[in-house]
Amino acid sequence: MLHIINKSPFDASSLDTCLRMAQPGHALLLIEDGIYAAAKGSAVESRVAEACTKFSVFALQPDMDARGMTGKLMDGITLTDYAGFVDLVEQHNTSHSWL
Amino acid sequence: MKKFMFVNRKAPYGTIYALESLEVVLITATFDQDVSLVFIDDGVYELVKGQQTKGIGIKNFSPSYRALEGYDVEKLYVDRASLDQRGLAESDLLVPVEVLDAQQMGELMAQQDVILSF
Repeated sequence: MLHIINKSPFDASSLDTCLRMAQPGHALLLIEDGIYAAAKGSAVESRVAEACTKFSVFALQPDMDARGMTGKLMDGITLTDYAGFVDLVEQHNTSHSWL
Repeated sequence: MKKFMFVNRKAPYGTIYALESLEVVLITATFDQDVSLVFIDDGVYELVKGQQTKGIGIKNFSPSYRALEGYDVEKLYVDRASLDQRGLAESDLLVPVEVLDAQQMGELMAQQDVILSF
């Protein structure tokens, strides 16, 4: 299963709730304002680092680039592009775009 | 038949999401699909008993949750931690639900064909 998060972790509960419910082996893709969770040094870093040990975590590079955050990418998160986004959706039976 | 899950995470009257979700649920049920509703985070407020909306001039759509049974929509699941955080108990809700923990909720999500988030 693929979980897609598009809200900043500082503005919305979607990342926290998603991390509570996601099961080992699920994938997590951060897009739009969701990419702020992928940055080093933030208050959610330890939670996201823990998530990286249980899930495959991806961040959409065009959204990281647009926000000037690519240089702050945490270890353990894989950057992907739009084609990679499509591949992730195709590889998982179920996708959930958390609102 | 596909398994559809509607994930409700917003309180009822501050935004249009809760009402829109309910409408799509009813449409989906008409097409004879396997429908589950889950209520997480502020979405649990959608099911609170005793809603009186006369004063805000918006239709009280909460009785519609009680009508879902008539459309064979009987799978309603509520996240236990979301209830607890808000000081709510199952007895505060206007319909019978199954209360699940986060792991059960995550497993249920992964079994779906389609998930629509509101």
